[in-house]
Amino acid sequence: MKLFRRASKEPLWKDEFCINRADEQYVNRRQFTKFLVLTSLGMFAGNIWILMRSCFSKTPVYPEKNICRAKDVPVGGVWLFRYPTEKDACILIRPDEETYVAYSQKCTHLSCAVYYAPAKNRLECPCHEGYFSIKTGDVLQGPPPRPLPRVVLERRGDDLVAVRMEIQKEG
Amino acid sequence: MEPQNQPTRKHGLTTIDGALALIVILLIVQMWLLTATLESYLAGHHEVVLSAAIISGVLFLICAALYLFVIRIEAEERKAQRETSGFRETQNFH
Repeated sequence: MKLFRRASKEPLWKDEFCINRADEQYVNRRQFTKFLVLTSLGMFAGNIWILMRSCFSKTPVYPEKNICRAKDVPVGGVWLFRYPTEKDACILIRPDEETYVAYSQKCTHLSCAVYYAPAKNRLECPCHEGYFSIKTGDVLQGPPPRPLPRVVLERRGDDLVAVRMEIQKEG
Repeated sequence: MEPQNQPTRKHGLTTIDGALALIVILLIVQMWLLTATLESYLAGHHEVVLSAAIISGVLFLICAALYLFVIRIEAEERKAQRETSGFRETQNFH
């Protein structure tokens, strides 16, 4: 059985631009079906692309970066910095005397910059009112689907050093 | 429009419309699957990616099979129509 059987032995142009209205209805439907199947192929290609990225993505290597001196950040204050690249904005918070936490400043919803709300002790995204926990970076409220990526800090003497990023899984 | 051709044509078009509706449903499922997979991937759940790709491939194959079915139905129906109208023209000629 031939898979692609032509409707007639007429030339292709005659087949596609038919005179009969009845034939035209078939051609319209067939062409619409073809369009849908190509869209389906596109969806499949998208899934394959994600699979490839998942298979061949390398484990990122994070450089160590000196952020600031610990005493530069007041209690209840913040320090903005960029890590691991100059394009990645991060926020360092000192909620109390001994605690320093740092997160990516990009909201996981639509990448707006989050800011620290000291009165409520949480990170807030002004765009769609997404709130994040200071302790863990988890989503407290709003549309963000994932927690904020955390910057792992080390204290070396008086300096605060960013060591790596930790992408936290939801749930 | 020829009255004698109508039942056959209607039957063929209904079959194709049914296949088309099925393809649309499968496509919606595939769209949802792609967005859900991307969301999971970005959330760090890489374990779902392979199974999603396989399911998406299966859905695409079903769509392609339905497309071939539509082509086949169309070819058969149009051929039947041509034969019927050709037969009538011959009768009229005699």
